[in-house]
Amino acid sequence: MDNFLFAVAAFVLGLLILGLVCVLKGATLADRMMSAQLLGTSGIAALLLMATAVSEPAIIDVALALALLAAFASIAFATSSGDRQDRE
Amino acid sequence: MMVALIVDVGLAILILFVAGWIVAVRSTFAAVIGFVVYGLLLSLVWVRLWAIDIALTEAAIGSGVTGALLLRTLSRLPVEHSERSANGSFRFIAGLFCAFISLAIAMVIVALPEPAPTLAPEASAGLPAVGVGNPVTAVLLSYRAFDTFLEKVVLVLALVGCWSLAADRDWGGTPVLWRYSDPDGVLKFLAQTLPPIGVLVAIYMLWTGADHPGGAFQASAMLAAMWMLTIVAGLMRMPRTNDDLLRLTLVSGASAFLLLGFAGFGIVGSFLAYPPDYAKALIVAVEIPMTIAVAATLVMLVAGPPQRRDMS
Amino acid sequence: MTLLLARDIFTIVAVTFGAFFFLAGTVGLIRFPDTLTRLHALTKADNLGLGLVALGLLPWADGILALKIVCVWVLVQFSSSTVSQLIARLAQQERPQA
Repeated sequence: MDNFLFAVAAFVLGLLILGLVCVLKGATLADRMMSAQLLGTSGIAALLLMATAVSEPAIIDVALALALLAAFASIAFATSSGDRQDRE
Repeated sequence: MMVALIVDVGLAILILFVAGWIVAVRSTFAAVIGFVVYGLLLSLVWVRLWAIDIALTEAAIGSGVTGALLLRTLSRLPVEHSERSANGSFRFIAGLFCAFISLAIAMVIVALPEPAPTLAPEASAGLPAVGVGNPVTAVLLSYRAFDTFLEKVVLVLALVGCWSLAADRDWGGTPVLWRYSDPDGVLKFLAQTLPPIGVLVAIYMLWTGADHPGGAFQASAMLAAMWMLTIVAGLMRMPRTNDDLLRLTLVSGASAFLLLGFAGFGIVGSFLAYPPDYAKALIVAVEIPMTIAVAATLVMLVAGPPQRRDMS
Repeated sequence: MTLLLARDIFTIVAVTFGAFFFLAGTVGLIRFPDTLTRLHALTKADNLGLGLVALGLLPWADGILALKIVCVWVLVQFSSSTVSQLIARLAQQERPQA
C-alpha cells in the first residue's frame, strides 16, 4: 500500500511537471496563474498521499496550511497584476 | 523503498529546473509565479526530509508572504524594470559562483561521517524537563530562547530600516499594498470567508506547536497572509506607521521576551530561565504576543515604506 | 481479513480515479483552446481529483484526522472555485472580447 501511494504521489508530481510546462509557455498571465493553482492542488494531493504512506499526521497540517496560503498567493497574483505600471 | 526514491529524484530535478527557469525567464511577473511554485516544491522536499516544521514555514512564508512581498515590490517598479536586462556575462558569472557554492555544500554533506554528528539525542533527552514534546519548539523557546528573542528585535529593526526608505515628508504615513477594483465583489467575499478559517488554523498551529510540528512563526505567517487579504479587499485599513497601537503591537513580541527574561532572573536566578513546572505554560504565554507582533511586522514589511500622509 | 482487503481495494480504486482526474485536468490545461475552457478543466482536477484522493485516504485516518482531510478538500474546492472567478476576470481583461 505504501508503495502504491508513493507511486500515485510520483504520478501526481509528474503531472506537476506538465503543469510547469504550461507556466513556462503560458500565453497569458491568467494561464500562468492557473498553472500555479494546479500545482498547488497537486502539491496538496501529493502531501495527503505522503502523509498516509508514511503515517505521519503532521503532514496533513502542511497540506492545510498550503491550501490556505496557495489560495492567498493566487488571490495576490490575480489582484495585483492590475496595479502594475505596465502590462506583460 | 524504490518508489520513494523516484519521488525524491523527481523532486530534486524539478526544483533545479524551476530554479533555472526563474533565472532565465524574461518577465519578472512570471518569475515571481515561478518563485511561489519553487516554495511549494521546496516544502515538499522538507516533508521528504522529515522536517515538517520547516515544511510548514516554507509553505507559509516562502509561498505566501514572500510571494506577496515580491508582487508588491514589482508593482512599484517603473516599467523598464519589468523585463530583465540581457546582461549575459554578469549573469553567467553569478551563476557560476552560485553553482560553485552549491557544489561545495553538496560535497560537504556527502562527505559527512555516518552517522552524521548531531545534537538531536541530547535535545530530545531534555524535552521532559521543558515539558514540550516538539524538539523544534524546545530549541527555539527554551534551549536557544535568547536567539529567538534577538530575532524579534532584528525583525523590528528591519522594519524600521524599511520605513526609513520613505521620503521625509511621508514619514508616519500609510503604506499601500496594491489596489484592486473588485467589480464583482469576489475579493470581498473571499476576504470575508477565508480569514476566519485562517485565524483558526493559525491558533491551532500555535497551540499544537508545543508537542507536534507547528509553532509561532508559522502561525504568524498565516495571520499575516489573512490580514493582508482583508486589507487588499478593503475590509480593514492599513494602519498608519505612526499609529500608537501598531507600534505597541510591533514591539510587544520582543518586550514580552524581555519581561520573561527578567522575571526568570528574579525567580530562578538567570536571564530567560524558566521555573521547572511552569516552563510549558510560560512558553505558550510568550508565544502569543510574539505571534501577533511578528504577524504585524510581516504585514508592514510587505507593505513597505509609507507612501501617503493621508489615511488609505 | 476481507475487511482489510476491502479497505485496500477501496483506497486503490478511489486514489486511481483521483489521479485520473488530475491527469484530465492537466491535459485539459495544456490542450484546451482558450483560457476559460482551461479554467474549467482546472476545476475538475480540484473537485474530483483531490476529492477522490482524499476519499481514498479516509480509511487510513482515524477520527479528527479524517475530518482534517475532508476539511482540506472542502477548503481547496471553495477557495479555488472562487479564485477562478478572479482569474477569469483577469483573462477577460487581457483579451477584451466576450
